[in-house]
Amino acid sequence: MADGRSAGADLTLTGVTKRFGGFAAVDDLDLEVASGQFFALLGPSGCGKTTTLRMVAGLEEPTAGTITIGGDDIGRLKPYKRPVNTVFQNYALFPHLNIFENVAFGLRRRGVKDVKSQVDDMLELVELGGYAKRRPAQLSGGQQQRVALARALINRPQVLLLDEPLGALDLKLRRQMQIELKRIQTEVGITFIHVTHDQEEAMTMADTVAVMNKGVIEQMGAPADLYDNPATTFVSNFLGQSNLVKASILDTHGDALVVDVQGTRIAAPVARARRTDGQVWVGVRPEKVFLGAAGVEEGSYDDNVLPSGTVTDVSFIGVSTQYLVKMPWGQELTVFEQNTGAREQFRVGDKVDLHWVAAHTFLLDADQDAHAGDETYAALSGAPTA
Amino acid sequence: MSVAQFGGQVAAEAGGPGAGEVEQERRRGRVGYLLLLPGLLWLVIFFLVPTVQLVATGLYDPNGSLDTGYAMTWSFSNYWDVLVQYQEQFLRSFGYALIATIACIFLGYPLSYAIAFKAGRWKNLMLVLVIAPFFTSFLVRTLAWKSILSDNGLIVETLKTLQLIPEDGRLLATPVAVVTGLTYNFLPFMVLPLYASLEKIDPRLIEASKDLYASGVTSFRKVTLPLSAPGLVAGTLLTFIPAAGDYINSELLGTPQQRMIGNVIDNLFLVQLDYPAAAASSVLLMVAIVCLVVFYVRRAGTEDLL
Repeated sequence: MADGRSAGADLTLTGVTKRFGGFAAVDDLDLEVASGQFFALLGPSGCGKTTTLRMVAGLEEPTAGTITIGGDDIGRLKPYKRPVNTVFQNYALFPHLNIFENVAFGLRRRGVKDVKSQVDDMLELVELGGYAKRRPAQLSGGQQQRVALARALINRPQVLLLDEPLGALDLKLRRQMQIELKRIQTEVGITFIHVTHDQEEAMTMADTVAVMNKGVIEQMGAPADLYDNPATTFVSNFLGQSNLVKASILDTHGDALVVDVQGTRIAAPVARARRTDGQVWVGVRPEKVFLGAAGVEEGSYDDNVLPSGTVTDVSFIGVSTQYLVKMPWGQELTVFEQNTGAREQFRVGDKVDLHWVAAHTFLLDADQDAHAGDETYAALSGAPTA
Repeated sequence: MSVAQFGGQVAAEAGGPGAGEVEQERRRGRVGYLLLLPGLLWLVIFFLVPTVQLVATGLYDPNGSLDTGYAMTWSFSNYWDVLVQYQEQFLRSFGYALIATIACIFLGYPLSYAIAFKAGRWKNLMLVLVIAPFFTSFLVRTLAWKSILSDNGLIVETLKTLQLIPEDGRLLATPVAVVTGLTYNFLPFMVLPLYASLEKIDPRLIEASKDLYASGVTSFRKVTLPLSAPGLVAGTLLTFIPAAGDYINSELLGTPQQRMIGNVIDNLFLVQLDYPAAAASSVLLMVAIVCLVVFYVRRAGTEDLL
C-alpha cells in the first residue's frame, strides 16, 4: 500500500494471459513500465487493453502470468489490497455520496487521519474547490471526470490506471483535459497507465505508447518512433494514415535498399525495413509526400519519385489540402499538402508525380494485411478492423 | 406531485416567457391539467368521497342502528371508545406487521440480491417464481398454510422429532402461524421493489469501491446497501401497510387470541353491524399507518418516495 508520499513504482507484466472460454483476450503479454512514466495502451475496441488494465487493478484474474509492482507480486491479491487505483470509464462516481465523500472514500476505508485537509487539497488540485457539497449528478461531464481523477489520486497509488478516461467528453473538453492530465501527472509523479482507442490522445500525452491488437502488443515505443517507424501494417494504419504499395526488394547499397515499386526504382533506409529481401509493402505517410506536375524535376535528385499519377479527388481542409492520386496500377494514394501558399494547387484530372524524401520510406512485411488497423477501410468495406 | 407543482414545472420547463412563448406555455399548462383530469375524477369519486363518508360515519350516533337509522351527532367519543376498547388488537396488528416485515427483509434481501447479481440467465425464471403465488388466490394460499402448519402435518412432526417444540406443542393457532402467513403472503412485495433497485446498481460502482480499499463486506455496507435503500423503503411500506390491515391470516391461522384490528373491523361491520365503531376503527388504522409511514420515511431519508 502507498505510504503517503511515495511516487510511482515499476509495473511489470510477464507472460500474462486472460482467456474467456476459448477466446484469449490477452495473450502471453510482456510489459514493463518504468516508474513515473505516462504510459498509454492504445488499440481498437476488443484488443484486450481494458482487460489488461483490469488485471492490474485486480478486477479480473489472469489465467496465467505474473504482475509485479515495485518488485512485489500482486497478481493474486484482492483489488482492495493493491497499491493501484483506477479512473473508470464513465467515472463510476458514487451517486449517493457528495463530491467530498466520493473523494474521501479511499482515505476513510484506510482509516487515514486529516481526511478533510487532504480532500480539500485534492479538490483544489483538480480545480473543484467549491463543489465539495454537490452530488455527482449535479456536475458536468468534465467535472465528474476530475472528481474521478481526484478520488483515485488522493490515495497516492504507486500506479494509476485510467480506462478511457476522456471517452465520454466532447472534443474541445477532451483536448483541455489531455493537457490537464499531463500537468497533474508531472506534478504528482505517479506512474500512469492510460488505456485509450484514440491515437491522437495517446500520442499527445504519453511518454511511451504500446499499440495492442488481438491480445498482443504489436509495437511499443515513444510516439514519434512509432509514427515514423511502424513495425507492422496494423501500427502504420492505426496510428495516423499510411500509403502502402506492394513492392519487391532488388538490392542493398550500404545502408539503403533498392526497391522495385510497380516498375519504378526507389530507395529505402535499411534501418526502417522490417525485412530486407523479397516482397514488401513500401510505406510513406501522406503528409511526407508532395506533388509535382508530371515529368517536372522537383525537390532534390535523391528523392523517391512515383510518376504518372492522376488526381481524382481534392479536399480543402483549411491548413492542408488532401489529394487522392490514382496510380497507373490502379491504387489510390493519399497526399496531404500543407497550404503554405507557395506551392502549386492541382485539380481533379491533373497528371502528377509523387515525391518524398527517401529517408521517410518504411518497408513492412508483405505477408501482413495492408488494411489491418485501417478503421476507415473497415467501416467502408464492413471488414473487421483487426 | 401536486397540481400546483405540476403547473409550476410545466412553466419552468417552458423556459423564460418570451412574447410568443407565453401562449405556448399556457397551452402546455392546459394540456397538463387536462391529462390529470381523468385520474383526479377517479380519485375524487372513489377515494375522497368514500373517505369523507367514512370519517363522517365514525361520528354518527353510536346508539343508532340499521333499522332506526343513524343521526349525525358529531360523536367524537366513538374514536376514543374504539381506541380504548380495541387497543390490544391495534398494538397486536402493528406488532405482527412489524415482525413479518422484518422477516420479509431478512428473507427477501438475499433473494433479491441473488436474483439481481447472481442469477445470470435464470433471472427471469426466478422473478416469475417470485410472483407465481399470485396465480392463485390469497385465500387459497393461506388455506394451504393451514394444512402445512396443521398439528399432524409434516412440519410439526419434524419439529417434534427434532425436539424443537414440546410433544404437545403446535404451530397452527399460534402467533407464529399468523406471522408466518403474513410473511409468506407479503414477501413478493418486498422482493420486487428490492430487486428493481438492486438491479439498477451499476456493477462498476462495486468495482470502484473495491478499487478504493473497501472489502466485499464494506462495499456492501457503503455502496450496495445505501443504493438499494429506496427499494428497501418501498418494500417495507408495501409489506407493512397491508400486513397491518390484514385479517385473513389471523382468521385462518390464528384464534381469537391472535385477533388483529382487521378482524375487529370485519366483525363490527359485517356481524355486529355497528357502523360508527367500525368506521372509527378504520379511520384510526388509516391515520396510524400514515403517521408511522411519514415518520419512517423521514427517518430513512428517502422523502423522494413520498
